[in-house]
Amino acid sequence: MTGPAPAGTPFLQVRDLTVSFRTDDGVVHAVDRLSFSVERGRTLGIVGESGSGKSVTSLAIMGLHRRGRRVSIDGEIRLDGEDLVTAPAERVRGLRGQRMAMIFQDPLSSMHPQFTVGEQIVEAYRVHNRVSRAAARRRATELLELVGIPEPARRLDDYPHQFSGGMRQRAMIAMAVSCNPELLIADEPTTALDVTVQAQILDLMRELQKEFNSAIIIITHDLGVVAEISDDILVMYAGQAMEHGGVEEVFAHAEHPYTWGLLQSITRLDRQLETTLRTIPGSPPSLINVPPGCPFHPRCTYRELAGPAASTVRPPLAEASPGHRVACHLPVDERRRLLREEVTPTL
Amino acid sequence: MSDNLAKDLASPAAGEGAMPTPPADAPATGAVPAATADAGALRDRPAGGGDELVRVTDLTKLFPVRRGTLVRRGAGAVRAVDGVSFAIDRGTTLGLVGESGSGKSTAGRLISRLLEPTSGSVVFDGQDISHLSSRQLRPLRRDIQMIFQDPYSSLNPRHTIGAIVAAPMRIQKQVPRRGVRDRVRELLELVGLNPEHYNRYPNEFSGGQRQRIGIARALATRPKLIIADEPVSALDVSIRAQIINLLDGLRTEFGLTYLFIAHDLSMVRHLSDRVAVMYLGQIIELADRTDLFSGALHPYTHALLSAVPIPDPTSHRRRERIRLHDEVPSPLNPPVACRFHPRCWKAQEICRTEAPPLLERAPGHQVACHFPEKRDVV
Repeated sequence: MTGPAPAGTPFLQVRDLTVSFRTDDGVVHAVDRLSFSVERGRTLGIVGESGSGKSVTSLAIMGLHRRGRRVSIDGEIRLDGEDLVTAPAERVRGLRGQRMAMIFQDPLSSMHPQFTVGEQIVEAYRVHNRVSRAAARRRATELLELVGIPEPARRLDDYPHQFSGGMRQRAMIAMAVSCNPELLIADEPTTALDVTVQAQILDLMRELQKEFNSAIIIITHDLGVVAEISDDILVMYAGQAMEHGGVEEVFAHAEHPYTWGLLQSITRLDRQLETTLRTIPGSPPSLINVPPGCPFHPRCTYRELAGPAASTVRPPLAEASPGHRVACHLPVDERRRLLREEVTPTL
Repeated sequence: MSDNLAKDLASPAAGEGAMPTPPADAPATGAVPAATADAGALRDRPAGGGDELVRVTDLTKLFPVRRGTLVRRGAGAVRAVDGVSFAIDRGTTLGLVGESGSGKSTAGRLISRLLEPTSGSVVFDGQDISHLSSRQLRPLRRDIQMIFQDPYSSLNPRHTIGAIVAAPMRIQKQVPRRGVRDRVRELLELVGLNPEHYNRYPNEFSGGQRQRIGIARALATRPKLIIADEPVSALDVSIRAQIINLLDGLRTEFGLTYLFIAHDLSMVRHLSDRVAVMYLGQIIELADRTDLFSGALHPYTHALLSAVPIPDPTSHRRRERIRLHDEVPSPLNPPVACRFHPRCWKAQEICRTEAPPLLERAPGHQVACHFPEKRDVV
């Protein structure tokens, strides 16, 4: 059930992950029976709009949801075979930063303003490594150099506000990779950056992956970023997986009407200009009242073709071709006909 | 879209040409022929040459920076916009692109006169508005409206959307014949909202719907120019296209003129007739859309275009990769001569000593570079 990755036990395996939050307005079904896996050395791009559950998923993997009466997490998250959902919080804390690490969208708010960049990297490193301050500082200098910060020894003593946006994101990455994590999750790592800086950061992530052979999950709303950096793509909608497969396969032969809608509604530089953009009607649902059946059916152009099941039965994420899975009630032949006759000509 | 609104927009206050013909069955059509004549007269009025609605010349805005707490002394100034010149023709869209710190938003605020220029001039519809007082500006506020990036902070959460959309008309004392409420309903319908939601509050609407409210408010006074500063960048992918189509449709329907400020190059390409690229407060390239996106001449434009991720995983094998080093320098202390030279791979001695003027290298295609070169990087 993995993507086109080589056989064997996947390094990260998420199975039937369900995360819900109890609020005064009702239960928020943020992630609903989500399954996917990532191998070492590969990058999975998770795309979805706000409220699709992509960030909640990454926080669940990192064990960053405070569980209790209001938050419930079910299913399995296996990191190299070890289940993180049932593991004690202590244990997950030990793995976090050591074997798995995370990069956030806004590096300014995820760094402490009153400590120098160097102090923060040193501290993150020493949590997991019993080394002297001096040794940790040498390591921090190496890390800043690795992520492309000029004059790293001097810049260690700067405070986060003295760094530009791109440099802060580089410093965040340095902190995240300080213990050579085997899993790196990047949540919208370039969204706050300018396009030329975004290109630099994506290059850096590619280089680091080559160097550390880690598994990377990149969460983004930008299909261009996914196409540029990922091996596999997972399209999420209303907390559920809609489509999952190799990135070249999905971009060339998408089979889910939501993926079609996303691909059709973006403006792109590599295409002829169109007079009117195609749109997905309506807006994403509230996660308190997720539509029954296929969550996308109220906005789906082709729901009539799927019959009454569309609004009553949740379609399983089923394999459409090797390594390419789609959660849609439309028969495979019908989807391929629509893709060929109606969708591809508009892309 | 609403025929009534089209008629309303063609009323004397609108004073704009290119209005759709009102329907024969609409009531009170008596006012319309006069309006059309009025609009025609306005259009014939010289507006600084051609059919220009806006002409900006050598526009400069300095923000002084002071240091020291006890003895405040000047420590230079941020040259946010530095000698910018361009024109926007009636009924067209100029896209203004650039990275953070390029001065694109400041330029928008100078043209809407939310800011006063340090030097240079803004001529709007034949009138120099560069240094008008806030009282003198008031009638002008009708003609120039803005749409902001953040649909959350740009709507007052304590006002109903009816009150928000009606506010510009009340301030301008522009009470339509059929009353404010009717007109607000028309506007809401025009932007694709349910007119019955008049009494709801902004928090009851999604981001895309709020942006529609902001657009309805901008249209309320029947403006000639709309300055849209990153109008879709806070919205979800599937909602962006809806808003872009709405803006596009309104432009055609009412002959609006847009200044569209954005960092997303593919969006700018979709919506603009002409595109200006800014870098550290200056325009470095200005051309028709097609010329800019398939025949850019400035190395910075090449780098920008090359950095845009293309949603096609096979494209990187064919695309040329231009990677700039470092980031945009501080506008407090910009590089001398050509401001791009420290990051430019083509920089020669002259680039460090002499600022390249913005010159027309091909018809309608201006570029500020000592070594312009046509290159297709998409």
